[in-house]
Amino acid sequence: MSILVGPNTKVIVQGLTGSAGTFHAKQMREYGTQVVGGVTPGKGNTTHEGFPIFDTVKDAVAKTGANATVIYVPPPGAADAILEAAAAGIDVVVCITEGIPTLDMVRAKRSLLGSGWTGHLVGPNCPGVITPGSCKIGIMPGYIHKPGRVGVVSRSGTLTYEAAHQLTALGLGQTTCVGIGGDPVKGMDFIDVLAMFEADPQTEAVLMIGEIGGSSEEDAARFVKENMKKPVAAFIAGQTAPPGKRMGHAGAIISGGKGTAAEKIAALKDAKIAIAPTPADLGKTVAPLL
Amino acid sequence: MKIHEYQAKEILRRFQVPVPKGIACFSVDEAEAAAKQLIGETGQEVVVVKAQIHAGGRGKGGGVKVVKGAAAARETAQKLLGMTLVTHQTGPSGKLVKRLLVEQGVAIARELYFSLVVDRGTGRVIAMASQEGGMEIEEVAADHPEKILKEIVDPVSGLAGFQARNLAYGLALTGPAAKNAAEFFVSLYKAFVEMDAAMVEINPLVITKDGHVMALDAKVQFDDNALYRHKELDGLRDLDEEDPSETEAKRYDLSFIKLEGDIGCMVNGAGLAMATMDTVKYFGGQPANFLDVGGGATKEKVTAAFKIITADPAVKGIFVNIFGGIMKCDTIAEGVIAAVKEVGLKVPLVVRLEGTNVELGKKLLASSGLAVTAADDMADGAKKIVALASGKGSR
Repeated sequence: MSILVGPNTKVIVQGLTGSAGTFHAKQMREYGTQVVGGVTPGKGNTTHEGFPIFDTVKDAVAKTGANATVIYVPPPGAADAILEAAAAGIDVVVCITEGIPTLDMVRAKRSLLGSGWTGHLVGPNCPGVITPGSCKIGIMPGYIHKPGRVGVVSRSGTLTYEAAHQLTALGLGQTTCVGIGGDPVKGMDFIDVLAMFEADPQTEAVLMIGEIGGSSEEDAARFVKENMKKPVAAFIAGQTAPPGKRMGHAGAIISGGKGTAAEKIAALKDAKIAIAPTPADLGKTVAPLL
Repeated sequence: MKIHEYQAKEILRRFQVPVPKGIACFSVDEAEAAAKQLIGETGQEVVVVKAQIHAGGRGKGGGVKVVKGAAAARETAQKLLGMTLVTHQTGPSGKLVKRLLVEQGVAIARELYFSLVVDRGTGRVIAMASQEGGMEIEEVAADHPEKILKEIVDPVSGLAGFQARNLAYGLALTGPAAKNAAEFFVSLYKAFVEMDAAMVEINPLVITKDGHVMALDAKVQFDDNALYRHKELDGLRDLDEEDPSETEAKRYDLSFIKLEGDIGCMVNGAGLAMATMDTVKYFGGQPANFLDVGGGATKEKVTAAFKIITADPAVKGIFVNIFGGIMKCDTIAEGVIAAVKEVGLKVPLVVRLEGTNVELGKKLLASSGLAVTAADDMADGAKKIVALASGKGSR
């Protein structure tokens, strides 16, 4: 068992014919992911590196039965690609694209809400999702992962690799690693993923990696305190970051001035979450919880 | 991206958001002429001379002067232009004033606060207003959160009329002032969306004695991700306001922030970059910078990044911490080697490589002949660079 993706996941790649899309589609296929095709408008009915290419997601779903997609479309078209995937009924939409205009995501999220779509959006600006041994969707290096017992959820890409690498080295492995992405307006947040891990029978503990800014970590702390029985460990990046310049702060006002690492760590500790003192201790902090 | 007050007001004017009459000036002569023109147009002798720097607290720092007559405006401009303005936001070194805004004086009845910002929690734009004009919103939020009015905007409808009225009447405005304020809010929201702003702050928003509503100050920050569709904003960037190393970094599309410490850091990924700084500090060091080379960096980009770090005279040691995903370790190694060949290496260098093509990267560094200290993991690397930079460790 795992969450979001697994051996039965059939993935299409939106933007497969671009350089990043091509490289990672091949990497995913090599890892063992069922990559069933790609979508590039104007290149339908062709093949690229052995992948069938479709003009639309709708067409790709009809022909391949895809239930997941990964988006490598450049920023100007990325929000549209998310909406196209949802409209085609795709269940798991992973958006890797970095640099999508924030208001594009504000509008896209509003559209998804109004559309009645029941799927899950991961990202944008994220490394993707991997269930080790069966399905890798995204840009993470596959070899650092190993099937195992710990669920990982993170706002940072490379720190997720750091976490997976340490868990693998300690022989604990991962059930699923979810990079939720670093953008201010995004799909799944910590609590959505935590709820899934809590319900997943194979996940025995969760490692959560947060960052300064916003209040998602505080919300997650509250969720863990009220709803979770499984042990949770956490790390917050940016403990030594200097306070941002004045204008950048106004976003945090809405949640009552939250956003610093100290406040987040206090909230996590209050929820009995084990805190890793440095990013070199991510695995070591989880191990005693199992 | 940030812009000056006068630039922000020019944009707001285009969206029918009321702002005082004003003219941007780069010399004493221009300031005098501007004052004369404004006095002629308004029939009022009072003008305001405002220093234009990208930092708040200008009033308290002595950068905003209310004067009477064109001669006095000239005298004030002479004092302000070329002065180093220190406010609580500029840091102790202050900022050199090179531009002024000369504005008509306004008879103020009330000072209020209004801003628009994208909220992470709701994924929507939020309009915030308060009667505490001129106060820092952070302070109001901390001491009197109940005094901040908020309206969450549905992007389909935009800031709705009723929401604008809720805010206006919530600010205890009545009659024409309430109506003008509501119109002001709706116009400002349109400007926000149209310009792809990340934040617009009007503090103070003033109600004049004759019931008009005006943006007395205006701070606008644009969403960097959306700049590609606003080419007209390119000309508004003021490179004098940016740290030269940050400007250089931007040329190469590197995410770089200059800090006060002495350990230069080169990392891939923002989270790992912050975590690397945390780890350096945890083991007793002080990071000299935040630098994320990004995911798909080329050898040239890595070389540029390395040169930016070594150009800082404060740097006593460099820590390269890479966990390759898209980024390949051999690309990093090639970039570092090329940079050292070009500019030399006078300080200790610790490199930790992990991830895609790690073996190839390590081999390249080992055979390069560079004095590189290899690290097994992030903690090991941080310990080593802290020791080496303080002259205690051995390579």
